[in-house]
Amino acid sequence: MVAADETVKLTHLQRLEAESIHIMREVVAETEKPVMLYSVGKDSAVMLHLARKAFYPSPPPFPLLHVDTTWKFKAMYELRDRMARESGMELIVYQNPEAVAKGINPFDHGALHTDMWKTEGLKQALDKYGFDAAFGGARRDEEKSRAKERIFSFRSANHRWDPKNQRPELWNLYNARKAKGESIRVFPISNWTELDIWQYIHLENIPIVPLYFANERPTVQRNGLTIMVDDDRFPLNPGEVPEMKSIRFRTLGCYPLTGAVESYAKTLPEVIQEMLLTTTSERQGRAIDHDQAASMEKKKQEGYF
Amino acid sequence: MTDMKAQESSYKTDELIARDIDAYLLKHQHKSLLRFITCGSVDDGKSTLIGRLLYDSKMIFEDQLAALEADSKRVGTQGQNIDFALLVDGLAAEREQGITIDVAYRFFSTENRKFIVADTPGHEQYTRNMITGASTADLAVILIDARKGVLTQTRRHSYLVNLIGIRNVVLAVNKMDLVGYDQDKYEEIVADYAKFAESIGIKAFTPMPISGFMGDNITTKSANMPWYQGPTLMAHLETVELDVAADQVRPFRMPVQWVNRPNLDFRGFSGLIASGVVKPGDAVRVLPSGKTSTVTRIVTLDGDLQQAVAGQSITLCFADEIDCSRGDVITLADAPVQVADQFEATIVWMADEALTPGRAYWLKIGTQTVSASIHAPKYQVNVNTLEHMAAKTLELNAIGVTNIATDRPIPFEAYEQNRTLGGFIVIDKMTNATVGAGMIHFALRRSQNVHWQALDTSRETHANLKNQKPAVLWFTGLSGAGKSTIANLVEKKLVRMNRHTFLLDGDNVRHGLNKDLGFTEADRIENIRRVGEVAKLMTDAGLIVITAFISPFRSEREMVRQMMQPGEFVEIFIDTKLADAEARDVKGLYKKARAGELKNFTGIDSPYEAPENPEIQIDTSKITPEQAADLIIERLIP
Ligand SMILES: Nc1nc2c(ncn2[C@@H]2O[C@H](COP(=O)(O)OP(=O)(O)OP(=O)(O)O)[C@@H](O)[C@H]2O)c(=O)[nH]1
Ligand SMILES: [Mg+2]
Repeated sequence: MVAADETVKLTHLQRLEAESIHIMREVVAETEKPVMLYSVGKDSAVMLHLARKAFYPSPPPFPLLHVDTTWKFKAMYELRDRMARESGMELIVYQNPEAVAKGINPFDHGALHTDMWKTEGLKQALDKYGFDAAFGGARRDEEKSRAKERIFSFRSANHRWDPKNQRPELWNLYNARKAKGESIRVFPISNWTELDIWQYIHLENIPIVPLYFANERPTVQRNGLTIMVDDDRFPLNPGEVPEMKSIRFRTLGCYPLTGAVESYAKTLPEVIQEMLLTTTSERQGRAIDHDQAASMEKKKQEGYF
Repeated sequence: MTDMKAQESSYKTDELIARDIDAYLLKHQHKSLLRFITCGSVDDGKSTLIGRLLYDSKMIFEDQLAALEADSKRVGTQGQNIDFALLVDGLAAEREQGITIDVAYRFFSTENRKFIVADTPGHEQYTRNMITGASTADLAVILIDARKGVLTQTRRHSYLVNLIGIRNVVLAVNKMDLVGYDQDKYEEIVADYAKFAESIGIKAFTPMPISGFMGDNITTKSANMPWYQGPTLMAHLETVELDVAADQVRPFRMPVQWVNRPNLDFRGFSGLIASGVVKPGDAVRVLPSGKTSTVTRIVTLDGDLQQAVAGQSITLCFADEIDCSRGDVITLADAPVQVADQFEATIVWMADEALTPGRAYWLKIGTQTVSASIHAPKYQVNVNTLEHMAAKTLELNAIGVTNIATDRPIPFEAYEQNRTLGGFIVIDKMTNATVGAGMIHFALRRSQNVHWQALDTSRETHANLKNQKPAVLWFTGLSGAGKSTIANLVEKKLVRMNRHTFLLDGDNVRHGLNKDLGFTEADRIENIRRVGEVAKLMTDAGLIVITAFISPFRSEREMVRQMMQPGEFVEIFIDTKLADAEARDVKGLYKKARAGELKNFTGIDSPYEAPENPEIQIDTSKITPEQAADLIIERLIP
């Protein structure tokens, strides 16, 4: 007990950190085979860092799962392997064998690309290893159907989300009970905003993919997005030469689908400054969300993370 | 929206961002956090208000605004104008119907504070979602449509807000634009609400006249209501005093979430501190065991801490190797919490299927999940009149007061003192759904005073004397499945092996101990509970108990399993097809049931829930009773 004038004021980041750690420990205590979905982006970086804090001095007692599409940026694969080594965690890389066989790619297959590599790939991986709980780095401030999702989000045996019938979630009491075959997606950083994430990365010195910082990179224009030509699989138009531009990314995914922003921000504070002064949302750089107004909700119902 | 430009807010982007980002970050890092909800009746304008707050605090990006404008024209409720509710009502079903179904969490910040706002649905049908949002809020904005005044849902939500323990209440009288910004109307509603608020124990609230749609008194003072002298909603949210450290000045309590054991040299106890402060050197007590030790270290990845406070997630190490595991509560040694197994509590029921008094449910409180049965309510509260009404059960959205018995003593505090140790959720054992939420008032006297008599002759002594391990062989299956036949054979064989047994079945129990019980669902549950308790006493006496009851409900069998020592309950499923049992019909009961002469007959007009993971399963169409008995013995005494 302390006297009223000796109390400590926790900052909002300290409160968010404590909440996330609490959530992760609940999952480990109450589920049989948890896994952490690791997409190598900034949110995954924060989530992994929080997991290391939650279980220290033990390493986090679950593996990392990267549902790979073979089309991520090279720099992402590098950081992924390095982080797995440093955290002492097992890294499972899963590629949907059917997508591999058919050579599914973002140029020829459109929406099928996300569908097969990511949505189907994820379902297959979870089934194959029998994971009954999967941590995801989604945040409620990202998108309007995410804003509606519980921290512990239930999936039927065929991975469907029923947004109209979510379990009540009171205080910090999470109900992790489920029938055989059902699973839960858990979002430990639900209540973090994009700014919180950046600020935390800054304060805690968390390693992130260098693509988040501005640099001269080869680019082309596609459908109004500035795309970085990351390898020679990219089909250039006849005579087209990528233009060198100082760019960076607010969000990272498959390189042919991720739009860059022109920027000279080379340090975290500069990146944050740009983010705060910008007038568009981070999701604008993703091709996937533009399809239709409620597209994310639909994708999620079908099993997309 | 005709005059949106004219209403531009005063919340300009912080100029510090552009000038000195490092200074801005330092400031942002030390912002305080306010979590609040909007609640009230259907269509009072909750979602619109939040959309407006987000818009005015510049949280809407250009691409989102363009989408909002397009959506407003397509599915909005305001014709060609912007429908701010669409910023929050994110589910397809919500946009189609123009209502809120589930809570949306949105975020914004101003110079001094960060806000997490939960927009809750007004519809009575979705009350459980409103409670979800309310349970983590520090402040509630209760909206009223100025044209309609205080409605039933306004009362229900106010009651829940107070019950959950939110002490900061704003009464926002909304849609003032539709009543000509009339002061009298406003005063009338405030006076009306004040009467109700007082009657339910809301001690204070801050009223304000607003229009979420037009932006009056949201971030700028309304020119339409010069008669209003108070702050704007945003100004109030920014400055309202938060008692953030209240938890720290109470004694130390931490429910253990997880035991951290990376190697033989380290054993730590991880948890989120519920109240108080802890420092190395503090004497602590672990409950319910009561064992004491001293804190040696507070371990974190960033190095050991010299102190940790309520709200932090930490790992503690002790000086002694004492027993401590998930579900236990670590407290200051000289200020422990109470331990009890019977409580009075308020329960809010949240499932379509009504509460079944007497049935075993899971109860999760802190980090502990126990089996518990909820008694028939003492009364239900009518949220309109606040009358206490007699009730046999609690239906969806009902609020009632009842006694609860847990299957083992648990550490707790009254909800009023400590949300973490006094708030619980109720989970259905069959569907795993969260069906209720509760708040403990106090422990019942009888549970505090009836201490377990420490018996000198222990159950081990009894068992050793008989040279056996006690067990309950619980036969379950349809009427006529062959339970009694096989159970009898098993007992005979065990006796021949010099084992001490006792067989409980319908005949020797229904005629005596349970002769006051019939065959309704409630009576069947009670029947099984009593059989379970008797079987438990018999295992304490060292016996191998054999029971043969239809015991059709999974949750009751689970309840009995929980009563026993781990590993002592052996569920034996005598698996006979209904058609086969009915064809045998030794006692002619199926015939009677089919003729409608017997009510609630399992398999006919009452369900049989087959075990999902029985220890032993016997398919009577494949083996004889003799073979079945041998198989069971073989599994028991390998
Ligand atoms: N004129 C006027 N209309 C308003 C105001 N606030 C909300 N409305 C309108 O009232 C209707 C209902 O608003 P919502 O914000 O959806 O109401 P709600 O309280 O969120 O409703 P539920 O969540 O379904 O309970 C919409 O058509 C709004 O545009 C206001 O201040 N003035
Ligand atoms: Mg609404």
